[in-house]
Amino acid sequence: MSEHLPALQVVIPLLAAPLCLLIRNHAVVRAMSIAVTFVGLGISLSLLAQVQEVGTVVYEFGNWMRPLGVQYAVDITNAFVLVILSLIAAVVLPIGPGHSQVEKGREYLFYAAFLLCLTGLLGVTITGDVFNAFVFLEIASLSTYILIALGRDRRALMAAFSYLVVGTIGASFLLIGIGLLYQMTGTLNIADLAVRLEAVKETRTVVVAFSFVMVGISIKLALLPLHQWLPNSYTYAPPVVSAFLSGTSTKVAYYLMLRFVFTILGAAFVFETLHLNLILTPLSIAAMFIGSTAAIYQTDFKRLLAYSSIAQIGYMTLGLSFNTELGVTAGIVHLFNHALMKSGLFLVAGCIVARLGSSAIADMRGLGKRMPLTAAALVVGGLGLIGVPGTAGFVSKWVLISAALEQEYFDVTILILLSSLLALVYVWRLIEVMYLSEPPEGAEKNEAPLLFLVPAWILVAASIYFGISTDSTLGVASAAARQLLGGGG
Amino acid sequence: MSLDTFAGLWNYWAVIVLMMIGLYIMISRGNLVKKMMGMNIFQVSVIMLYVSMGKVKGGTPPILIEGVTDTVFSNPLPHVLMLTAIVVGVATTAVGLALTVRIKEAYGTVEEDEIVDLERDAQ
Repeated sequence: MSEHLPALQVVIPLLAAPLCLLIRNHAVVRAMSIAVTFVGLGISLSLLAQVQEVGTVVYEFGNWMRPLGVQYAVDITNAFVLVILSLIAAVVLPIGPGHSQVEKGREYLFYAAFLLCLTGLLGVTITGDVFNAFVFLEIASLSTYILIALGRDRRALMAAFSYLVVGTIGASFLLIGIGLLYQMTGTLNIADLAVRLEAVKETRTVVVAFSFVMVGISIKLALLPLHQWLPNSYTYAPPVVSAFLSGTSTKVAYYLMLRFVFTILGAAFVFETLHLNLILTPLSIAAMFIGSTAAIYQTDFKRLLAYSSIAQIGYMTLGLSFNTELGVTAGIVHLFNHALMKSGLFLVAGCIVARLGSSAIADMRGLGKRMPLTAAALVVGGLGLIGVPGTAGFVSKWVLISAALEQEYFDVTILILLSSLLALVYVWRLIEVMYLSEPPEGAEKNEAPLLFLVPAWILVAASIYFGISTDSTLGVASAAARQLLGGGG
Repeated sequence: MSLDTFAGLWNYWAVIVLMMIGLYIMISRGNLVKKMMGMNIFQVSVIMLYVSMGKVKGGTPPILIEGVTDTVFSNPLPHVLMLTAIVVGVATTAVGLALTVRIKEAYGTVEEDEIVDLERDAQ
C-alpha cells in the first residue's frame, strides 16, 4: 500500500470530484470531501516522513519505465509543498461554499470544483514530467476560474474572465517553453531533462525556452509586473476561495520556478550565464515595496490582503534570486509560513463578511468590541505579516535577512527592513479602525460564526506555533534547499 | 540570415504570425467573445509549433507495417501531446464562453469598456 502513496495523493481527489456530481446530496458530498482532504493530508505527511527517511521516492505509472511512462518523483521539496497544500485544503474545505453565489441544493458543484482544483495543484507539485505538470496546471486553473466566478459581487465574473485570459497566456507560454526544451532533448522527464540539457545549454533555443517558461510561471506566480489579475480575483472571490488560493496556487507556481531554475537548468547556468538575479532581485524588491505601498491605500480588507500577497511573493523570489542555500531556505520556509498566515487572514475576512456583509475597512469600526475573537485573530495574523518575533513571519524574515547578510548585500537588508515598516503601516491602519474607533450606533456584540472562526484560528495559531517551534519547518526547508542546490533531485 | 534559412524556417514564421495575431486580438479588442477567439488563435499557434516539430523529412505516419523495416517515421509524441492540449483549449474556451454568458446576464453587455463604465457609475 505505502508504495502507491504518490499516486493515491492525486487520484483520490480526482475520483472524488466526479463522485460529488453523482451523489449531489449536500451532507454526503461534504462529508466525503472532508474525508478526502484529511486522507490527503495523512498521505502527504507520511510521504514527507518517507522521503526524509529513504530519499527521493519515484513512482512509475503502470510500471512503465521512463522515458516511456509518466513518473511521479517526490523529494523533500515537493513533499513539503504537498503537506502545505493538503493542510490548507483540509482546514478550509469544511467551511463549504460560505458567502458565495452557490444556490441551495447545488453545493455539490462547489465541492467538485474545489476538489478538482486541489487535484491540479497536487499534480503539478508531485509530477516528474513537465508536460504532465502543464496539464495539471490547467486543471487547477480552470477550476480556479470557476471558483472565483462564484463570488457574490458581479465583478467576480469580470475578475474570473480577466484571470482566464491572462492565465491562459501564461500556461501557453509554459507550453511553448516545454515544447522547445523537448525539441532540444527529446524528453519530458524532469530528471532526464536535467541530464540531457547539459550538452545543449548554450544554444539559443534553450535560452528562449527558459524565458518562455519563466514568463509563464511568473504570470501564475503574480510576480510584480504580471500581478494585475491577482487583486481583483482575491477581492471578489468568495472568502473561502480566496483563503484557499492565497495559500496554494501562487505557492505551486513558486515551486515550479524552483524546479525549473535549480533542478532542470541548474543554478550555475541560470545565475552565472543568464544572470537571472539581475532581473529577479530588482523585481522582487519592487514587488515588496509596490505591493506594500498599494496595500496601505486600500479601502477594502480583502484587497489589502491581496496587495500584501504581492509583496510577500517578492520576499520569496528575493530568496530564490540569492542563489544560496540560506536564500532558498528562506524562500521555501516563507512559502509555508505565508500560506498559513494569508489563508488565516482571508478566513478572518470571511468571518467579517459573514457578519457585516462586506469587507470594507470603513465598516470594521469598533470590531475589537463587536467581534473580539475575530479582531484578535486579525491582529495575530497581521503581526505575522510584519514579521514580529514569535510569529512565523519573523522566522522567514530572519532567515532572509541572514541570507542577505551572508552575501554582504547590506542595501538589500535595509530594503527588507524598510518594506517591513510598510507592512506595519497597513496592519496598524486595521488595528486603529478596529480598536481605537467607536463601533457605529446600534451595533451589538456579534461574534463571527464558529464555522469560519475555528478554521481561521487554527491557521493563525499554527503560524504562532511555527514561529516558536521552528525546527520542523526550518529543518525541512533547509534540507530541501540543500537538495535543490546540490544539483538534481 | 540568408533567404534559404528564412524560407526554411517558414513553419516558425507561420507560428509567430498566428501567435501575434492572437495576442493582439486579446489585448486590443474590448468584446469578450472576440477575446476568446483571439485566445483560440493563440492556442492554435502553439499546437502548430508542436505538430511541425514532430515532422521528420520523408517520414510517414508512424504505423507499423509487417515486413517493412526501413521506413522513416514522423515523431508521434508531439501529436499525442497536442491532443491533450486541444482538449485543454476546448475546456478553456467553454469556461470562458460560459463566463461571458454570465457577464451578459449580469451587465447586459459583453463590451469591456461598457462594463467599466457601468462599474464606475455604480460607485
